[in-house]
Amino acid sequence: MNQLSVVHLLVLVVRRDLLLAMRRRADVLTILVFFILVVSLFPLGVGPEMGMLRKMAPGVLWVAALLASMLSLGRLFSADYLDGTLEQMMLTPQSLSVLVLGKMIAHWLVSGLPLVLMAPVLGLQFDMPAQGLLVLMIGLLIGTPILSMLGAIGAALTLGLRGGGVLLSLLVLPLCIPVLIFGTGAVEAVASGLSAVSNLSLIAALLMLCLVFTPWVAAQALRISME
Amino acid sequence: MLEVSNLACSRGDHLLFSGLSLTLQSGQIMQVQGENGKGKTSLLRTLCGFILPDEGRITWYGDDVRDLSEEYFASLLYLGHHNAIKDELSALENLQISAGLAGITLDERQAVSALRRLGLKGRERLPTKVLSQGQRRRVALARLLVGNAKLWVLDEPLTALDVGAVALIQELIGEHLGKHGMVIFTTHQPLVIGDIEISRLSLL
Amino acid sequence: MAINWFKYSAPSTFYGLAGRLVPWFAVPAAVLFVIGLYIGFFVAPKDAVQGEAYRIIFIHVPASILSMFLYLVMAGYAALGLIFNTRLSSMMATALAPTGALFAFISLWTGALWGKPMWGAWWVWDARLTSELILLFLYFGFIALHASIDDPRRADRAAALLAIVGSVNVPIIYFSVKWWNTLHQGSTIKFSGTSMHVAMQQSMFTLLLACWLYAVAVTLVRVRSIILERERNTLWVSELKEVGL
Repeated sequence: MNQLSVVHLLVLVVRRDLLLAMRRRADVLTILVFFILVVSLFPLGVGPEMGMLRKMAPGVLWVAALLASMLSLGRLFSADYLDGTLEQMMLTPQSLSVLVLGKMIAHWLVSGLPLVLMAPVLGLQFDMPAQGLLVLMIGLLIGTPILSMLGAIGAALTLGLRGGGVLLSLLVLPLCIPVLIFGTGAVEAVASGLSAVSNLSLIAALLMLCLVFTPWVAAQALRISME
Repeated sequence: MLEVSNLACSRGDHLLFSGLSLTLQSGQIMQVQGENGKGKTSLLRTLCGFILPDEGRITWYGDDVRDLSEEYFASLLYLGHHNAIKDELSALENLQISAGLAGITLDERQAVSALRRLGLKGRERLPTKVLSQGQRRRVALARLLVGNAKLWVLDEPLTALDVGAVALIQELIGEHLGKHGMVIFTTHQPLVIGDIEISRLSLL
Repeated sequence: MAINWFKYSAPSTFYGLAGRLVPWFAVPAAVLFVIGLYIGFFVAPKDAVQGEAYRIIFIHVPASILSMFLYLVMAGYAALGLIFNTRLSSMMATALAPTGALFAFISLWTGALWGKPMWGAWWVWDARLTSELILLFLYFGFIALHASIDDPRRADRAAALLAIVGSVNVPIIYFSVKWWNTLHQGSTIKFSGTSMHVAMQQSMFTLLLACWLYAVAVTLVRVRSIILERERNTLWVSELKEVGL
């Protein structure tokens, strides 16, 4: 039988993309370094006053994470598009939505997860309290997959266009604003002695929505772009 | 049986072809002819479902391929201008992954023997970026040996191949036709499959 | 009597129809602008709290309403074009985008002009103003994506998908921005009374109607040129007397 089960197919696609990422480790590291660099630029720009830095930290980290994931999105489909493997994937007797979901997961593992893991270290540079760091990490953990998923739609729509990278950011960044607001809101809530649960559950709700709809939308976008 | 009726296709506002009809039965082979820019590749890509035709329909054993999609894709093998191989992966990994995604279980021994038949002995485990153009094309062509697709859609399969490889491809196509397969292809080089007659479709 | 709507959905038929309709929207739009502005400037009384400066809202409010309304109309047309493959709907969506963006821009600009005397700053991160800014970016995204794809059919379909995703997102964005705003600052300045003066209402509604008529007229003019551009190789276009070689 040629049709694979959803889990089997997801495993295949994720393994493939992770293997490719492992062979191109430099790309992954570049994004991480970019993230660290952007975050480190802020104190240089606004001055080393700790009170202000502490207040700014969640916003700075989230915006830097947004920008870093935009950078890596350009390669999500375009590398496969240029060498023809994307074409072949679309011709397999498998659900394109599941294939796309697999690529989203792999993208997050490669470019989102490292940011989540790096965030607390950078948070310490900004003198964030331990509880704030924990909430920041949880927020990033459930928020960065949303960036990968919304970004995949933009990446699929801008496939093969000149100036695709800048255009991609223009299309995707406005859509990511809710995640940014709830993500930073959660940290601020904890900082002012409130519970972060409402903010975090809103991100989780967005994540669920994205899981249901974005693979299908991105698959349609791919079909439009491949014509 | 692949049936195309009254197909029209345009790129931008340039009409490539219209009123095109063709039928391909088991064991038949068809060459699409025409100068550059006459829509050969567009026709093959339309057959694969990438391009939505302006008019007309394509049916596979009586059913519209738009409705079949995944069923149809299971019987289709497409070889395009791009080799569809990843530079970072070895020939073996490339073949195994593409077979895996097509839903074909392919153990290492089978994959290696397919690559060897295409003359890639000793190069199975090298990253494909160190291979020559012709060798990379051979890796792509190894997909013809795995799987059970009935319809082969080959866009310029002979590009960058040497004489020996061309003979091999002709042999493979002959075997495929002998097993009641179908082939539709384009080429600018002569291709002879034993004494099998190649029907020709000219795009003007 | 049943009207054959599909007859009008053919670009060649719609081209002529749109041409005949334009004056019927453009002239009333101009008349209503004059009436609305007259009432706004000379009839409506001075606001007790905000003084004369409040009069900018007669432009600001209609522009904001239309910028949001037009985005939904645009997404609706785009969706029709994507689902039923009707070329005219996609052309309408493309024609609407610049007008929508213009209204979003006017709304931001007048908002800033209003903000200076009211809040003492040109820009305040007010929830509605921020949402309007994001809306402007969504319009820019639509226009930019459409412009950067050469093949018109792919451009229509890709931009349509973006517009649909955007319109699903608009309520989420609006809600999140409101949420963010209440976290960070108190409510903004309200009108002195709970009810507006009758003349204020009249002016605002007249101008809203005028803006809507203007949007229709401009969109029709724009869609006519899009039709001409897309169909330039067809026989009916070459037979038009205004095209004559």
